[in-house]
Amino acid sequence: MLQKTSPEIGGMGHSVKRKEDLRFVQGKGTYVDDVHLPGMVYGHMVRSPYAHARILGIRSEEARKLPGVLAVITGQDLEKAGLSWMPTLFHDKQMVLATGKVLFMSQEVAFVVAEDRYTAADAAELVEVDYEDLPVLVDPHRALDADAPVLREDREEKTNHIFHWEVGDQKATERVFQSAPVKAGLDAFFQRCHPAPLETCGCVADYNSATGKLTVWETSQAPHAHRTLFALVAGLPENNIRIIAPDIGGGFGNKVPIYPGYVCAVVASLQLERPVKWIETRSENLQSTGFARDYHMTAEIAAERDGKVKALRVKTLADHGAFNAAAQPSKFPAGLFSICTGSYDFSTAFCEVDGVYTNKAPGGIAYRCSFRVTEAAYLIERAMDVLAQELKMDPAELRLKNFIRSDQFPYQCPLGWNYDSGDYHAAMNLALGKIGYAELRKEQAEKRAKGELMGIGISSFTEIVGAGPAHTFDIVGIKMFDSCEIRIHPTGKAIARMGTKSQGQGHETTFAQIVAQELGIPVADVTVEEGDTDTAPYGLGTYASRSTPTAGAATSMASRKIRDKAKKIAAHLLEVSEEDLEWEPGRFFVKGAPSKAKTIQDIAFAAYTNLPPGLEAGLEAVHYYDPPNLTFPFGTYICVVDIDKGTGEVKVRRFVAVDDCGNIINPMIVEGQIHGGLTEGLAIAFMQEIAYDESGNVQGATFMDYLVPTAVETPTWETDKTCTPSPHHPLGAKGVGESPNVGSPAAFVNAVVDALSHLGVRHIDMPVAPWKIWRILKEKGIAE
Amino acid sequence: MAKRKLVHIKVNGRDHEAEIEPRVLLVHFIRDVIELTGTHVGCDTTNCGACTVLLDGRPVKSCTVFAVQAHGREIRTIEGLAANGRLHPLQEGFKEEHGLQCGFCTPGMIMSACALLEKNPHPSEEEIRWGISGNICRCTGYQNIVKAVQYAANKMA
Repeated sequence: MLQKTSPEIGGMGHSVKRKEDLRFVQGKGTYVDDVHLPGMVYGHMVRSPYAHARILGIRSEEARKLPGVLAVITGQDLEKAGLSWMPTLFHDKQMVLATGKVLFMSQEVAFVVAEDRYTAADAAELVEVDYEDLPVLVDPHRALDADAPVLREDREEKTNHIFHWEVGDQKATERVFQSAPVKAGLDAFFQRCHPAPLETCGCVADYNSATGKLTVWETSQAPHAHRTLFALVAGLPENNIRIIAPDIGGGFGNKVPIYPGYVCAVVASLQLERPVKWIETRSENLQSTGFARDYHMTAEIAAERDGKVKALRVKTLADHGAFNAAAQPSKFPAGLFSICTGSYDFSTAFCEVDGVYTNKAPGGIAYRCSFRVTEAAYLIERAMDVLAQELKMDPAELRLKNFIRSDQFPYQCPLGWNYDSGDYHAAMNLALGKIGYAELRKEQAEKRAKGELMGIGISSFTEIVGAGPAHTFDIVGIKMFDSCEIRIHPTGKAIARMGTKSQGQGHETTFAQIVAQELGIPVADVTVEEGDTDTAPYGLGTYASRSTPTAGAATSMASRKIRDKAKKIAAHLLEVSEEDLEWEPGRFFVKGAPSKAKTIQDIAFAAYTNLPPGLEAGLEAVHYYDPPNLTFPFGTYICVVDIDKGTGEVKVRRFVAVDDCGNIINPMIVEGQIHGGLTEGLAIAFMQEIAYDESGNVQGATFMDYLVPTAVETPTWETDKTCTPSPHHPLGAKGVGESPNVGSPAAFVNAVVDALSHLGVRHIDMPVAPWKIWRILKEKGIAE
Repeated sequence: MAKRKLVHIKVNGRDHEAEIEPRVLLVHFIRDVIELTGTHVGCDTTNCGACTVLLDGRPVKSCTVFAVQAHGREIRTIEGLAANGRLHPLQEGFKEEHGLQCGFCTPGMIMSACALLEKNPHPSEEEIRWGISGNICRCTGYQNIVKAVQYAANKMA
C-alpha cells in the first residue's frame, strides 16, 4: 500500500501543477532551434523529386560559387568516409545521402552548408541532379509480383519481401474455423499516417577539434541510444560524444530514429569545425521522417451462435517503404501486433504478417503506441463489431460476454502475452452507465424511424506498454531497462536524472512526485533533469508509454535505496537501532514515540556532516530497472455520432473515455494525456493520411493537405477511470500516454458504421472523410 | 541578393533597428536578429500558428509577414506579456488549467488568445474555440486550453 503524502509533499495522486510550465508559458523553453552558438552555420537538404530514379550525376559547382556557401556534401563524399549508409533500428540499413539511385520521393541526396539559412536554401536550389526514371512500386500488394521492380539492389536477396512472421497455433485455429457455426471478419486498411509533432526534427552538431568532443543538440526521444549508435557507426569514442535533447516540441514516436539530417550535420561539423544547425521544414518532416501504420489487415473470428468467440485468424501485409526503419525494439518483426486478441478470451488464435518494400518513405515507427498495438486494437475492435452485426447482437453485450474475467488474471493469451491485471467488465459498465447507453439505443431507433443517422461506437481496448523485459526487448543488443540516479544535497534538496526524455509528458513534475512519494522531500525541492547523456544515467528513452513503467520504477527503487541508507543515519542520530524506527513520508520516528524523529532533511545534512562510523558519506543512489513484464492498461470508450445526410459530415456528439492505467501519479497530467491521445485518435479516424499517387508523390506534404484537428473540430472529452494496479510495478502504475490513441480510432469508426449499419454497411476505411460517407449515402439513395 | 533595408521595429516596447534583406520573414527577424526565441516555427505554411505575434495589436502569423512590412510598427511577443515579474492572466491560466504539454504551440496560442480577449473580454466556449482555430496543438486536445482562456477572462474581468 502506498502511504498518503500531504499536498505540500505532493507524492502519488496529487494533481501537482507542472514545474516545467513556468518557462514554457513565458517563451523561455529551449528547443533545438533556439540553440545558437558562436560561428554557427546552417545546413539544408537537397531532396529527390522522384520516387524511384537512377542518379546520373550531381553538379554542385553553381551552388559552391554562391557567396556564403561552405560545403556541398553528397553520397559519394560520405561513401569515402564509410557513412553513406547507416543501420536502421531494425536489422536493415538506410542511405544517408543517396548513391546510385533514389528510392522514395523526398529522399536525401545532398547536404548544403552555408553561413545563414537563406543562403543554404538558395544554394540547395542550385544543386543540379540528373535522374533517370525507374518503374515505381507504390502498391504493396504488387510488391511480390513477378513483374514488380526489385527495389533494393544493395541486398543479397533479390526480392521486395522483408519478413514473414507468424505466431499462434495455426492447426488448432483452422480446426475451430472448420466447425464453427459463425464466422465473421473484415479487410481493414490502417492508413499510413504521420505523428507530425508541432516541432519538426532538427539538430545542432558542434565538433570541437581541440578537445575532440562532439556535442549534438538533437530532437531525440532516445539520446543515449543515439550516442551509442553514433559511436558505433561513425567510430567516434563514446566518451567524446555528448547528445543533449533539450526541450522537445512533441515526439509521438517521430523522434525515436536517427535521421540522415543528423548524420549530415555531424559530418559537416567535423569537416568545417564549426557548429552546424539543421532544422527540417514541415514538408520535409511529413515526407521523409518516420511514418506510422500502413497495415493492410484481414481478421476473421470464429464464434458460437450465442456469440461466444472461439478463434481469431489475422493476416497482414505491412508496407515498410524503401528501408525497414521500423523503430521497434522487440524480437518480433511486427512488434506487439500479436496483442490482437485484445480484451477477449479466445481459446486459440493465429496471426501472420508479411513486410514488403515499396517506393515510399521509410518508417513504421510507433506513433503514440507500442509498436503496432494501435493496428491490433483497431482490428480486433472493428472485428468484434462486424461479428455483432453478423449475429444481430448488441456490440456491448457481445463484448461483456467475451471479456477475459477479472479472476482470470494474470491471463495467458493464446498469442503468448501474459496480461498482468485487468477488470474489463468494470470499465465497460462504468462507461455504459456514464453515457446512458440504453437511452441512446432507444434514441437511435427513434431517429432511424425518422430517417436520421445516429451511431454509437464502442471500443474496449487492451494496451501493452512499458518496453520492456530484457529477454524480449533490445536496441542493437542494448536491453530495454531504464534508469534513475538521485542525489540528495546536504540541505535536503534533490536532483534526479533518468535515461528517459520528456517531450511534453511532464516528467519534471511526475518523477519529482515519485521521489516525493518515496522520500517525503517536497516536490518543489526535487529537480528532475533528463536528456543530457553526459549527466543522465544510461537509458533507452521515452516512447511506447515506457517512462513510468521503467524509469518511474527505477526512480522508486533508487529512492528506496536512499531510504535504506537514511534509516541507518537516522538510527545513529536518534541513538536507537534500525529495527526501532518507523517511516512515514518525510521522516523516521521511534516506534511508540513519534516525537522522537529525524526528518529526511536532518538526515541529508547528517549524511555529509555526522555519519555513523564506517558508513560512506553522501546520500545518493542509482537504479537500473529491468521490468519483469509489460503492463496492460485498458479501458472502454464510447462515441456517439450524428451524420449529416447532405454533406456526409460526422459530428462527434459525445465521447466517454473510461481508462484504467493502474495507480496514478498525477491525475491532472493523466487526464491531459487522455485528452491529447483522443484528439490524435480523432485525427486518424477522420483526417490524417499520408497517401501517395501512382508515381509515388506524397499527397499530404503540408498542413494544408495533411489535416490535423483544430479546437473547432475537436469535441469535449468526458473522462473517467477505474483503478486496477499493476501487480509487478513498484508503484502499481502502468503507463497511459498512448491508450487513448490506441483505443479510440475503433470507437469513432464503429460509431460511423453503426449509424449506417441498417443500410448494410459493414466497414469504412479510415480516414472516414465526408466524401466517403456521402458516396455511400448516394449509393444507398439517401443522400440529401 | 536584393539590397538590404533598414527597418525600425518596436518589439515589446523596445526599439530595434537592423539592416536586413527584404525577404527576411518577420519570424526570423524576431528569432534570429533580435534573438527572442519564444516565438516558434511549426509549419512554414501559415497553418499552425506557432509563430503568432501581435502586429499593432492584431494577431499575425509571423512566418507569413516580411520583417520590412513591420517597419515603423509595433510587435508584441510572448516575452512581452509578463510584467514586473508577474505572469499575464493567460500565462497563469495555461499553467493552472494544464493548458499545455510540450509547450511548443503555447506562445502562439497565448498570443492568439490575448488578441481574442482584447476584442472580446467575455467569449463563449465556441468563440474561444474559433478564436484559437488558427493555432494547432498536437498534445492537449484543446479542452484545457479553452479552460485556460476562460480562467484568464474571469481573472481579467
